[in-house]
Amino acid sequence: MLTRNSADVIVVGAGVVGAACAYYAARSGLRVAVLDRGSVAGGTTGAGEGNLLVSDKEPGPELELSKVSAELWRKLSEELPPDIEYEPKGGLVVASDEAGMAALRDFASGQRRAGVTAQEVPADRLRELEPHLAAGLAGGFHYPQDAQVMPALAAAHLLRAGGDRVRLRLGEEVTGLLTGASGEIRGVRTAVGELHAPYVVNAAGTWGGEIARLAHVALPVRPRRGFVLVTEPLPRVVRRKVYAADYVADVASGSAALQTSAVVEGTPAGPVLIGASRERVGYDRTLSPEALRRLAAQATALFPVLAGIRAMRTYIGFRPYLPDHLPAIGPDPRVPGLLHACGHEGAGIGLAPATGLAIARSLTGGEPPLDIAPFRPERFSPAA
Amino acid sequence: MARTPAELVGAQPGPPFRITFDGRPVTALPGQSVAAALWGAGILAWRTTRVGGRPRGAFCGIGQCYDCLATINGEPNRRACLVPARPGDAITTQEGHGRAALGV
Repeated sequence: MLTRNSADVIVVGAGVVGAACAYYAARSGLRVAVLDRGSVAGGTTGAGEGNLLVSDKEPGPELELSKVSAELWRKLSEELPPDIEYEPKGGLVVASDEAGMAALRDFASGQRRAGVTAQEVPADRLRELEPHLAAGLAGGFHYPQDAQVMPALAAAHLLRAGGDRVRLRLGEEVTGLLTGASGEIRGVRTAVGELHAPYVVNAAGTWGGEIARLAHVALPVRPRRGFVLVTEPLPRVVRRKVYAADYVADVASGSAALQTSAVVEGTPAGPVLIGASRERVGYDRTLSPEALRRLAAQATALFPVLAGIRAMRTYIGFRPYLPDHLPAIGPDPRVPGLLHACGHEGAGIGLAPATGLAIARSLTGGEPPLDIAPFRPERFSPAA
Repeated sequence: MARTPAELVGAQPGPPFRITFDGRPVTALPGQSVAAALWGAGILAWRTTRVGGRPRGAFCGIGQCYDCLATINGEPNRRACLVPARPGDAITTQEGHGRAALGV
């Protein structure tokens, strides 16, 4: 029974991961309250590019999560309105020299064994796939399973598709967790009042560590800043997700220093998006001309046509990363009733559906869509 | 007879010159923006919207709204209200983003 102040589960965070948790929980018959201190997609989701990538992931738990998610996104694209701008456009990773190409070949052969489709594209055929690509590249790999959505609209439509069972409370910050006699979750406290539920899902993204802290457990989620450059509207000049081979190394790096590797893609609205920079500078929102300069230079090196195109604006976001670059997904054994679904770094849009489905199955006692043991949230505790 | 801004301020501009709009000659005065010269010739629209193909021209007139984008001397997305008209400038109606030639 859902009253004004109770639900079967409370999801903290109205980004794409929280939205996916709410969607699948509602579809399982649960009544869900989604709380966010800001707006829908107001944090990292709204600052993303909408990457649904398998191409940048090495064999392992994250790749498995992204494969399940890729299939779920395909199904969601049939269930949600076309406004989410789902585009199964594929990805193209290019190498500038033979050494880079050898590394890509090695990377792709491991991925193929894990079920990823990766097709080698020799240098002289790159322009059949992307006519505007620069001359002189050594070759690349085509990943037809890569796709794209408009992340803010995808999150909003997931929430809406949850129907009457999803209640959205925006502008309401969680200030405390309510617990019972044996420490089990009973709900949350907000600036407005108390909301009761036996389960709380921490989908607070980059701020997930703060929700964990309210439960007196540690979850070391930290921000990794990124800029995206937005060009003036264009016809389709870039067909796929196109990025340079160094991107994979940058994603996996633990360095705090500024790293940039061009990821270039068109959008149905017209502008081309240019990512991706990575740096660990806390929540500093200061514009970094150096990051933007490098992004523009790398993008025009890949697509010389962009040199004559204006960048209209830039936006900034904070990827939530955990020390091992894997998200935290599932029940927290330290606090009965608390579940985590955060820390997806720069892959949260892509990984959201499998995360949401795993959380929903966990709540209803069903079989998870994949083994989520590698994502157990307590893995950073000394005792675990 | 309507009083023009030039009359109101007692302006004494230099000699007029020619620019073209979609190939038609238009007279401009030194110091006029492209948008002002086009308005002076009774031309109110020089771009079509990307989605509906609707006509657009100067709206704010001070470089903020980006409604007055035009293709000037082959370069699209110039704000006509800010670009000073120069002798011989070729203004052409910008269709949508004005970059159709780049499409693949």
